[in-house]
Amino acid sequence: MATVIIPTPLRKFTNQQAKVQIPAKTVGEIIQSLATNFPDLKKHLLDEKGKIRSFVNVFAGEEDIRDLQEENTLVNDATLVSIVPAIAGGISL
Amino acid sequence: MSLENITFTREEKARYNRHIIIPGFGEEAQKKLKASKVLVIGSGGLGSPALLYLTAAGVGTIGLIDFDVVDDSNLQRQVLFDVNAIGQPKVEAAKRRLEALNPHVQFKLYNTHLNSANALEIFKDYDVVADGTDNFPTRYLVNDACVLLDKPNVYASIFQFEGQVSVFNYVDAKGQRGPNYRDLYPTPPPPGLVPSCAEGGVLGVLPGIIGSLQALEVIKVITGVGDVLSGRFYTFDALNFESRTFQIRRRDDNPVNGKNPTIHAPIDYEQFCGMRAVEEKPVREITAKELYEWQVTGKKFQLIDVREPSEYEIVEIGGELIPLNTIASNADRIATDREVVIHCKMGGRSTKAIRELEEKFGFTNLYNLKGGILSYIDEIRPELVKY
Repeated sequence: MATVIIPTPLRKFTNQQAKVQIPAKTVGEIIQSLATNFPDLKKHLLDEKGKIRSFVNVFAGEEDIRDLQEENTLVNDATLVSIVPAIAGGISL
Repeated sequence: MSLENITFTREEKARYNRHIIIPGFGEEAQKKLKASKVLVIGSGGLGSPALLYLTAAGVGTIGLIDFDVVDDSNLQRQVLFDVNAIGQPKVEAAKRRLEALNPHVQFKLYNTHLNSANALEIFKDYDVVADGTDNFPTRYLVNDACVLLDKPNVYASIFQFEGQVSVFNYVDAKGQRGPNYRDLYPTPPPPGLVPSCAEGGVLGVLPGIIGSLQALEVIKVITGVGDVLSGRFYTFDALNFESRTFQIRRRDDNPVNGKNPTIHAPIDYEQFCGMRAVEEKPVREITAKELYEWQVTGKKFQLIDVREPSEYEIVEIGGELIPLNTIASNADRIATDREVVIHCKMGGRSTKAIRELEEKFGFTNLYNLKGGILSYIDEIRPELVKY
């Protein structure tokens, strides 16, 4: 079990939930579970090959999972997993 | 930076007294501010508070880059401007306000688009760059130019209720260089996947908070006071009032300053951000003038507006409202027996709508209104409200 922080731009895909509790042992399981439970969220988190997108950062506690064991990073009940996408503000394209 | 020639008049000493009397700041730090040159990119939501505080604090030279003019819809968050500034170039309106705030500061104005051709030339004269731009291509351009020229980049970004701050490419007292934007986000989202503020909105006070934090870090970088937010990435969620600070690190595969750099000069950032994807065929377009001719000559066609209802309430030009996210489920409302013109605010969302309709349903009669309702107002109906 871990608590996942959903960033404001993606909350519309999680029924406006800011925090989601997910039973999982690794960050990869968490992301897969999010993609399954919230299908509209999937394309924002994963690319066509099922890898976490490069403009979406995932932190376990304070650490970037790319500095840990990436998707294999272990989580426990106390782990706060944060999803932080790139934002740029501003103009309509 | 030599501080020997930096002196303060009696008026300046009085003005900066509340800085000078802070233990650990003092006249030394105030002199560093006066000796420094800071370039603020964008004078909008983030640039407004950042510029006000940096000017008030007594930074010696401040450069402002912005190509835009002040619009009524800016005033909800861009506190540098007032109703008298509407229609004026932002950099000029900003300079008037800032000079009135602190006559001891020099301002350099760049009323231009920052691009790969001019960035290095503009940046080279400054000590610190504060990035408050509003789009991904410029974010990557600012980042790369700062790394190439060895300048610290104080980064701030906002969306809806969320803010981000970090200091990139900062070299600390031990000579250790911190990470930059490409270490944090190697590539940008493809256009359309993340909504922009113009579609998604931003709470007006949020850039006030985040732009002030940006000014704080600029002052710390210049003065060396405190621990600069380098190697750390701060996020603020205004809805829950929660902030988090993450650890970030340099990466060997960074194309600008990793192990094997491949970028040695600014690149084409719009292409890098996928905005001119060559494989996508262009959609058919119609100009505002052509649309007006169709309207006055009584030509039979259908006009569809794919903006949000809240935008439609502000101004509309007689189109049927079908917001972009409902376009596919309303495809049966779109005519197949005559031409159909689709518009939004500026032309981005209507292009997406046309691509979706062509791909899913095989429409061949769709036209995009070039420049959206804003162009139509500019060219045909200037009396209507712009936003």
